[in-house]
Amino acid sequence: METSPLLEITNISKVYPNGVVANANVDFSLAKGEIHAIVGENGAGKSTLMKMIFGMEEPSEGEMRLNGQKVKFRSPQDAIDSGIGMVHQHFMLVPSLTVVDNMILGMEPTRGFNIHYKEAVRMTRELSARYNLAIDPLARVEDLTVGMKQKVEILKVLIRGARILILDEPTAVLTPQETEELFKQLQALKREGHTIVFISHKLKEVKAICDRITIMRAGKTEGVFETSSVSEREISRLMVGRDVVLKYDKGDRKPGRPVLQARNLIYVNAEAKRVLQDVGFTIREGEILGIAGVEGNGQSELVRALTGSLPGAEGSVTVGGESILGRSIKDIRDRGVSYIPEDRMRQGAAKDASIADNLISMFYRLKAWNRGPLLNRKKIAAFSEAQIERYKIRAKSPEQPIGMLSGGNMQKVVVARECEAAPKLLIAEQPTRGVDVGAAQLIHQRLLEMRAEGCAILLLSADLNEILEVSDSLLVLYDGQFVAYYPDASQVTEETLGFAMLGVQRQSEAEVRRAIHD
Amino acid sequence: MSNFFDILFSTDFAFSVLRVMTPILFAALGALISNKAGIVNIGLEGTMLVAALTGVIVSAYTGSAWIGLLAAIVAGVAIAALLGFFTLKFKTHIILGGIAVNMFASGGTVFILYLVSGDKGASTSLKSATLPSLHIPLLEDIPVLGPILSGHNVLTYVSLACVAGLYYLLAKTPLGLRIRSVGENPQAAQSVGVRVNRVQFISLLISGFFAALGGAYMSMGYLSLFTRDMTAGRGWIGIAAEAVGRSTTIGTFLSSLLFGAADALANALQILKIPAELVGTTPYVVTVIGLIVYAVAEARMKKRKMAKRALK
Amino acid sequence: MIKAAHFEKIRTLAVILIALVLTFLIIAIISDDPLRTISIFLFEPISSVSHLGNVVEMAIPLMFTGLSVVLLFRTNLFNLGAEGLFYFAGIVASTIAIHWTLSGWLHPIVAILAGALTGALLSAIPGVLKAKWNVNELVTSLMFNSILFGVGLYFLNYKLRDPQAFSNSSYKLQPSALLPHLIPGTRIHLGLILALLCIVLVHYYMYRTRWGYELRMTGSNRSFAEYSGINTTKVIITVHLLAGFLAGMGGSVEVLGMYTRFQWTSLPGYGLDGALVALLAKNNPLSVIGAALFLAYIRIGADQMARLSDVPAEMISIVQAVIILLISAEQFLKFWKTRMLLKEAGIRE
Repeated sequence: METSPLLEITNISKVYPNGVVANANVDFSLAKGEIHAIVGENGAGKSTLMKMIFGMEEPSEGEMRLNGQKVKFRSPQDAIDSGIGMVHQHFMLVPSLTVVDNMILGMEPTRGFNIHYKEAVRMTRELSARYNLAIDPLARVEDLTVGMKQKVEILKVLIRGARILILDEPTAVLTPQETEELFKQLQALKREGHTIVFISHKLKEVKAICDRITIMRAGKTEGVFETSSVSEREISRLMVGRDVVLKYDKGDRKPGRPVLQARNLIYVNAEAKRVLQDVGFTIREGEILGIAGVEGNGQSELVRALTGSLPGAEGSVTVGGESILGRSIKDIRDRGVSYIPEDRMRQGAAKDASIADNLISMFYRLKAWNRGPLLNRKKIAAFSEAQIERYKIRAKSPEQPIGMLSGGNMQKVVVARECEAAPKLLIAEQPTRGVDVGAAQLIHQRLLEMRAEGCAILLLSADLNEILEVSDSLLVLYDGQFVAYYPDASQVTEETLGFAMLGVQRQSEAEVRRAIHD
Repeated sequence: MSNFFDILFSTDFAFSVLRVMTPILFAALGALISNKAGIVNIGLEGTMLVAALTGVIVSAYTGSAWIGLLAAIVAGVAIAALLGFFTLKFKTHIILGGIAVNMFASGGTVFILYLVSGDKGASTSLKSATLPSLHIPLLEDIPVLGPILSGHNVLTYVSLACVAGLYYLLAKTPLGLRIRSVGENPQAAQSVGVRVNRVQFISLLISGFFAALGGAYMSMGYLSLFTRDMTAGRGWIGIAAEAVGRSTTIGTFLSSLLFGAADALANALQILKIPAELVGTTPYVVTVIGLIVYAVAEARMKKRKMAKRALK
Repeated sequence: MIKAAHFEKIRTLAVILIALVLTFLIIAIISDDPLRTISIFLFEPISSVSHLGNVVEMAIPLMFTGLSVVLLFRTNLFNLGAEGLFYFAGIVASTIAIHWTLSGWLHPIVAILAGALTGALLSAIPGVLKAKWNVNELVTSLMFNSILFGVGLYFLNYKLRDPQAFSNSSYKLQPSALLPHLIPGTRIHLGLILALLCIVLVHYYMYRTRWGYELRMTGSNRSFAEYSGINTTKVIITVHLLAGFLAGMGGSVEVLGMYTRFQWTSLPGYGLDGALVALLAKNNPLSVIGAALFLAYIRIGADQMARLSDVPAEMISIVQAVIILLISAEQFLKFWKTRMLLKEAGIRE
């Protein structure tokens, strides 16, 4: 790597208007023809750095050189014109349009004033043949599978003549098989002379495919390494500054009486697809039941049915013997159900409201929290201070708007609120998604404490490590059905779980029905 | 009563439907193009008013209706540009920006009218010009259709041409594709280098252009002078027509036609000695009913889907 | 050192300054004697007790509609219906003031309550439509303004009109229904006390009660509110009822406090002004007082200017538009805040 770098960034910083310092004096360099990984915890500043390279954010200060020339990208168009393309973590596609519409958007071939659709389709077909990325140009994007959508994204970048491809956590939504296919395609692109930036926090993948690694932590670079010269343990130590231990000493488990009993749950969505096909299970006091599965196999519908926001779900669900299916969210919450939602920005928090306001949404209605018509402010203040302390929430005061906090701290507020209500049943949906390791550990510890106190916990997670380590028993959801039940999660390997999640292997119905515990 | 039905089924009535539809249609097209790009331009009412006054003043000073029209368009587009500048650059809330435009227009037009003519109510002292009506050869000789379709103000025909033009723009051209994608998923558009702000800005300008035509029609076609607050809510009715037309070009045209008919009906109803104050509320009542019917129908449709599913 | 935390206050002040400078500029361009005109605009409203009184009198209806809009905006509802409700409630209150006979203190109370309740009920219609079927409340409320104006005008012309009066105005309101004036030499009336009382009550309601909490959460993030078990349909309808009640009370109070006959033959415009007040007050109930007084001050200044100089009062609507544009412009002066944040973060020297 002695040749001059293709892309070189020196001393770049980014401060957002809300005061968050996302990047502080970051250096980064990219050599031609390499696959270069950027690893770091969530919130380490990887995405921000990439957005600056791709012209989506303007650096607050610092300098960027491409082929030795100083460049300044004011918009993605500038980056695209310089041969840089980006595949975003959340797909950047317009769902109601066709593949070809999405392909040519912003660079439409024309004949007269009209879009030259024939030419556009030809271009798409040619490119997809050349890079072996098969898609139907006339399909509507909303009808495509996740893997297909990603192919469209890569083709979109290539049709724009990108020589540098930035892939932001491309494997997060893929099955292992799709991931493997993607890796082959990336190798092929590399052979053709493309340079690839690969953002991930899956260290195995990084080791498997990347030439060099840049490690980021807390908005700064921690170093650049040849992949072959560092071990996974070293990388993770640099990422978080200590060894990551995802091993919990859970102690003996003695599940108590059943808390949640779901039977014959059926849900058919508006497109007449059977999203939940007769599923049933039981969670008992002091038990953490994990539900694993590739996203989109009915998890979110299951959660919505249990939390009162899926009208049209059929079957029976009881908590502590009382039916909750079809009841209002308030009724369900009043029966001792807490819920940590997967999307804290959309559902879990009101971002302009204070931390205190976000903490009391489970309590403000209760008599003890009111004095006559007025809310008991002393109690609210004391409670908020206590939670900030207990959950190590990094905040200036309970009156600070929650939107000013980092993702991990915001999630801790959500977890604190849901757990402090002392629920009978806690539904935790991706409880540590997008939070740093420290916060994740704290949240996991809290779940285990809740379990020790006798709470029944339903854990849904796409993070295999989490679901294997935290759960007592495991169910696997595939295509709206449970295909496997493991009474003891500690005996399950990632491999077996992976096979079940992909529907390659399934248990007999009788085996799965053990989850009902009748 | 029979008198009333005579009016209703006369060619004069059908003619007047098109006549009163024109400003509503212009406003509705303005609402459509900006909504497609994901920005709600509620400043249409004010934009129309400013254009109406500009047309009158400039045509009075130049003696030419066409220069007046041109000036009206420039004024309307300028207002839209100002709104776009604030909402896209300074991130003023688009609804509040629209309110500001309307507030500026209702007082500002009176202010300027007073400075120019010394009158705060109407531009009677200004000798403004009007745009011509077109008698279309051959068409005007066809019975029934002729008297309905021929002899309208030139801007009425322009409004119909605008429907076709907007349909073409949205469905067939690169700009149309960009507008639709910016409205549906701005991040996606931005990620491929489409300048979201620029596309939205262009959409706003076109929106201002349509509103300006509507305003010019009011003071240089529908009437031949400017009066205080003369648009009388047509900009709002246009916004409602776009909503009732489900944000499609054809639907917007049809609902504008419907609102035009309601407005014309209101005029016809006066013959039944229903007080003018109440008759005047007809288009607004129809708008509210239209919105309710649309919303309830949508809710019902969802329910029916569920019921169908349950049967399976 | 000025901190980033004070940014919002500084920005509001900057907007007001810019608006004033703009006012001076317009005056300088069109007035023959700009200095005199500007001094009329600035100082005439505070030149005498009676002019000061005018400012306060005008601030009263602005406080009511401003407060009404604060409630709606705070719940993230873009409803501009205060205009029509204000007008129509005025008609209702006048009807009772003209045709009913009640003992002295009861008469205005009944009239005001009737106007307020009418406002609440009429306001609930767009509220219910929004909450149940998600009908755009902005469009329906604006349509309602026109409808209520038409119906109100019909009542004025056919039911309340005094044929002996010069203009289109109603029979005389009975003296027993009128609100007493508080300060000699002005027309400042009991409505001021009522407005201030409402503001304090709404402040407590919004920040100190569980219902206010539900309102704020619904406004900040409706999905979060629903997830928390808050019945947002109920919240939206309640807010509409309250906002309509306040707007209606404002209309009734204005008629009974300021007039002896009902004589609005066009919408008085306090509803849209309410949106401006709410913006200036940053949707805080207590700040409504200052915002309403400021707006009233420049209005009276403009009125005096129109009377005593060659510049028409409508000029002020241009200034108001600029205030709205700039106050709600998030990015306005943001660069300055960013620089301060950079400093506070210690990245730059």
